[in-house]
Amino acid sequence: MITLPLANFLAQPVGVSQFVIVGAIMFTCGVVCMATKRNALGILMGIELVLNGANVNFIAFGSPYLRNDAGSLGMDGQLMSLFVIVLAAAEAAVALAIALNFYNNFNSIDVDRASQLQG
Amino acid sequence: MDTSIYWPTFLFWFFAAVCCMFAIGVVLATNIVRMAFYLVLSLAASSGLFFLAGAYFVGAMQLMIYVGGTLVLLIFGVMLTSQAKFVSMKTSQFDWTLATLAGFCLLAVLISAALANPEWRGLERAEAEALGIPQTATPLGMGLLGARVDAPKRSGYLLVFEIVSVHLLVVLVGAAYLARAKRKRSAAVG
Repeated sequence: MITLPLANFLAQPVGVSQFVIVGAIMFTCGVVCMATKRNALGILMGIELVLNGANVNFIAFGSPYLRNDAGSLGMDGQLMSLFVIVLAAAEAAVALAIALNFYNNFNSIDVDRASQLQG
Repeated sequence: MDTSIYWPTFLFWFFAAVCCMFAIGVVLATNIVRMAFYLVLSLAASSGLFFLAGAYFVGAMQLMIYVGGTLVLLIFGVMLTSQAKFVSMKTSQFDWTLATLAGFCLLAVLISAALANPEWRGLERAEAEALGIPQTATPLGMGLLGARVDAPKRSGYLLVFEIVSVHLLVVLVGAAYLARAKRKRSAAVG
């Protein structure tokens, strides 16, 4: 058995907080990605990161290992994650079809070129 | 007080570090192919996080659907829309500063909310080790069909299941139609 000189950092189970922090970092990375990328597919990747951050949150709140009290989501957390994964896949497919059409018409994937409807 | 390494915690920090590092890599990379690859690694690591939280079925579905399906689709999209020598599209410095500032504010709010609740700090080690391995696939399947065997007072998910199934069919048809190869019309028509 490996023992640690420092107390308790790796000896205690993690809780919901740590999972939520990971989800928050992924969500923020996705938002910054959506805000700064000019490539339409880069924006799509930001969307995937955002949805995955939310998924980590759902799983954390529904996990029996992280919180065992009455306020836990239980199986609802995992069910909602499944639906988020399925809907994200569907939305990525449609967004890619739109991006492909845009590329075929303008020969550029730069979203700054999509300014024809600009007032 | 048991001070030996609790391996699930070690594995959590490992997967969390990989996930966050590659998510930050997606933001900072300029080459679209590298962004796609870092995204694949980030989502695969988050699947590891799902396994650690006891959601085995969702973790497996994440690997199959997200990593093996959606991201492969994204990489095909990258290949189909790549321009000559990866024309670099740089965002202005002003936009970057504004976005990073907003991102840090958002992150600060979220992290302070995450650390605020003392009930979310985690179970005691003895309590966590006493929990067995819960069986989640069968209750998930029954819940999707409307019968909640894990928490009988909660409602089932049959309607959502049907809606999502029809949604997937519609998306399949719609995306195939949107992305079809169009025949070029001849110049002189009637």
